[in-house]
Amino acid sequence: MQLTVNGHQYDVHGEVGTTLAEALREELSLTGTKIACGEGHCGACTVLVDGEPVLSCITLVHAVDGARVTTIEGLRAHPMIDAFVRSDALQCGFCTPGQIVSAVALVESNSTPTTEEIRHAMAGNLCRCGAYPKIEEAIRTWQG
Amino acid sequence: MARLIRTEKEVEGRYEEVWLVVEEDSLDQWPAGPREIVGRDAVRIDGRERATGQAVYTADLQKPGMLHTAVLRSPYPRARVTSIDLAPALALPGVHAAIGPGDIEQLTADCSFQGEAVAAVCADTLGQARAALRAIACEFEVLEPLLDPDEAVRRGSLLGEARERARGDYERGLAEADVVVEAEFRTQVVLHNSMETHQAVVEWIGEGVEVHISTQYIWGIRDAVAQGLGLPADKVRVVCRYMGGGFGSKNGPDEYTFIAAELARRTNRPVKCALTRREENTAAGNRNATIQRLTVGARSDGTLTALGGEFVNAVGWSGWSSGTEGPMQMLYACPNVKTVTYGAKLNLPPMKAFRAPGFVEGTFGLEALLDELAAKLDLDPLELRRRNHTDEAPEGNEYSGKNLLECYRRAEPHWERRHDVRARSTETVKRGVGMASQIWYGGGGPPSYAWIRVGSDGRATVVTAMQDIGTGTRTAMAQIAAEELGIPLEHVTVTLGDSDHGPYATLSAGSSTTPSVGPAVRAAAADAREQIEEIAEQRGLKGASVAEVVDVLEDAQILGKGARGPNPTGKQVLTFGVQVAEVAVDIETGEVWVERIAAVHDVGRVINPLGASSQIEGGIIQGIGHTLSEERLHDPATGRLLTTTLDAYKLPTIADVPEIVSELIDVPDQHLTNLGSKGLGEPPIIPTAAAIANAIRDATGADVRQLPISREEMLRALREAEARQKEKVGAPAGV
Repeated sequence: MQLTVNGHQYDVHGEVGTTLAEALREELSLTGTKIACGEGHCGACTVLVDGEPVLSCITLVHAVDGARVTTIEGLRAHPMIDAFVRSDALQCGFCTPGQIVSAVALVESNSTPTTEEIRHAMAGNLCRCGAYPKIEEAIRTWQG
Repeated sequence: MARLIRTEKEVEGRYEEVWLVVEEDSLDQWPAGPREIVGRDAVRIDGRERATGQAVYTADLQKPGMLHTAVLRSPYPRARVTSIDLAPALALPGVHAAIGPGDIEQLTADCSFQGEAVAAVCADTLGQARAALRAIACEFEVLEPLLDPDEAVRRGSLLGEARERARGDYERGLAEADVVVEAEFRTQVVLHNSMETHQAVVEWIGEGVEVHISTQYIWGIRDAVAQGLGLPADKVRVVCRYMGGGFGSKNGPDEYTFIAAELARRTNRPVKCALTRREENTAAGNRNATIQRLTVGARSDGTLTALGGEFVNAVGWSGWSSGTEGPMQMLYACPNVKTVTYGAKLNLPPMKAFRAPGFVEGTFGLEALLDELAAKLDLDPLELRRRNHTDEAPEGNEYSGKNLLECYRRAEPHWERRHDVRARSTETVKRGVGMASQIWYGGGGPPSYAWIRVGSDGRATVVTAMQDIGTGTRTAMAQIAAEELGIPLEHVTVTLGDSDHGPYATLSAGSSTTPSVGPAVRAAAADAREQIEEIAEQRGLKGASVAEVVDVLEDAQILGKGARGPNPTGKQVLTFGVQVAEVAVDIETGEVWVERIAAVHDVGRVINPLGASSQIEGGIIQGIGHTLSEERLHDPATGRLLTTTLDAYKLPTIADVPEIVSELIDVPDQHLTNLGSKGLGEPPIIPTAAAIANAIRDATGADVRQLPISREEMLRALREAEARQKEKVGAPAGV
């Protein structure tokens, strides 16, 4: 299979049943994408596939052959990173890459989301530390 | 000067007497109020690493040749393994080793709770390990489990002795009361659900082991692993630079570390053993359920004359019986208090500390009971609490610092909103406001140490082997060092999380990291500053900046060291606070929404107001989950767990968050260390459930008695209130 990840082309050899999250983390050593539940319930593994947020822990890598994938490593220069740090929108930080990928997907399609739109778009990303108020603030103020 | 003292050490509300070598704390506290850096908002110094995914957690470690582990666990709450054959697993591709009952102490054939570890397999990939696990032929004989906590107490199935605590004459206090209220409260099992599950990577190197582990206490892991493996402690290196949450559940090595260690020993490879989410939600610890049978007696003016309680902690198979009675014993001036606390030993997964263990549960019972009393006496709940406030610790010794009355005063504007909030009720949606007080530990204590080095570039590195579990302690330590040295925050880095790098620092539990390690960091920075001042004097640069003074040093470094001094003798170091909740209740469906929570806490000096507000918000949000949606359920007939996934177990999401207002008193505790700071990790979760329950009573007149406040519980309480109301107005006989 071929994947374009953060602008670079890779040949990926995952066995049948390998998830996109496993391929990214284990084969490409892109460990910024986290696996927290492994069954699509928490959002920590969120990446962009052809611009759309997907749960990479329940996406088989074979199902996205040829796709363009953006992970947190591809968003290092995105202003959303600074917005999260500035707003203190993270505590332990384990869910944060997934939060940021979901937030970027939101603002790429709607650069000034309302509180309701933020809550709707982000409700699938769990944060056990409860950084939610500041995640909301970071997304509201992401343009600085 | 080092000094040997005999002192009480407190962790999570449990005290033990220990010998300690302490160094005197010779620094005066800074004056109250924000300084240049301390007391002002600071963004996390490791925020970018975490946000960009560059921070390497235990879950992200990939060591050459590393093997992955799958663990066979008992699917039954009580069962005996009658036969087990590991050979079919060993024959499968990629499998390197398999271990079973008796190979290590942590694997057993006599299973006493669901999820107890029986066997483990390691393989090149996790998929291979899981396939091998399925190939193990294992037969269980299912035995009758003990599941009911009251039944356990009756049968004497207890963890430790029943704990009886009394002061005054409880019976006389009851006799003196004008009003007596009795109520039974129940709280549920709550799961920690740290986003990073429990896990470790263990590798044998030379004569020792290296343990990378997601933990709140690297030194505790070091000692426990050394003891478990029969190694000298200095042959065990424990590393945890970043960790994905713990909330009390990650203080020890547990079974998975020893499984990884044994498999690593047998294969001569690094071995990772990581719990799946379902394993995490089965057997990695929980906040245990409680039953609280409570009584309060008071005079008609609200003065408490008696408080009594029978508390049953449904501990599970092992663990400890937490201080559920603590709030009843400590919060009010009441002269006559009598409590008994049982720790029920059950065939359910063991509890572990969870953010203010016991006090979250006990505060729900006590503070809901107090509002039932206020309703009976037709007294304002805030006024009732003021009338029973005490500035002298009811158990004897003095408070080191207490500003609870100031918390009440600051809560008044939030409390005053109740008239407007109630007025926004409709026919079917009732609104109300409730409050609850908070008491907890959080003073930390010795020992903890820090080193600091200052280079000729005027930049400093703090070295201390503590943890930052997400609370922002790394940033707080950098602020303290920068403040004391008089250099910019950006010029301080903090190295932590490695038992081979830097001196001992305390565990990140019991709201103790900042109050324990912070004073040591300040002492180390002061040591370096004094040396820099001497050099300045010699160079004729008195009053110049650190960078100017040290710029000729080239490769020379200024080294400072500091230790945490003792806690004030004979004083109780406690934290206090109050929360005011606003709720809406749909009386037709039983749905409850929390619309606003205001929190005012007293934790001494605040190092980082921004980080502190995040701690408060996080505690409140966990508290809302605990109050309304979270519940680990088991089948009452078989004991099998029903809520091991994150779609079955309902954590709060961003859509569940109300408006949160957080305020801190921010007055240094003048008797406590060179900082006057206490911890803030736990206090904010303590009063949330009771404040919500009391707001529900204010809105509807209904007494909720059980957590979570499900729609079923809400409707039950509404029906009960309605029946009571009918009785009061005198329904005609026979209707």
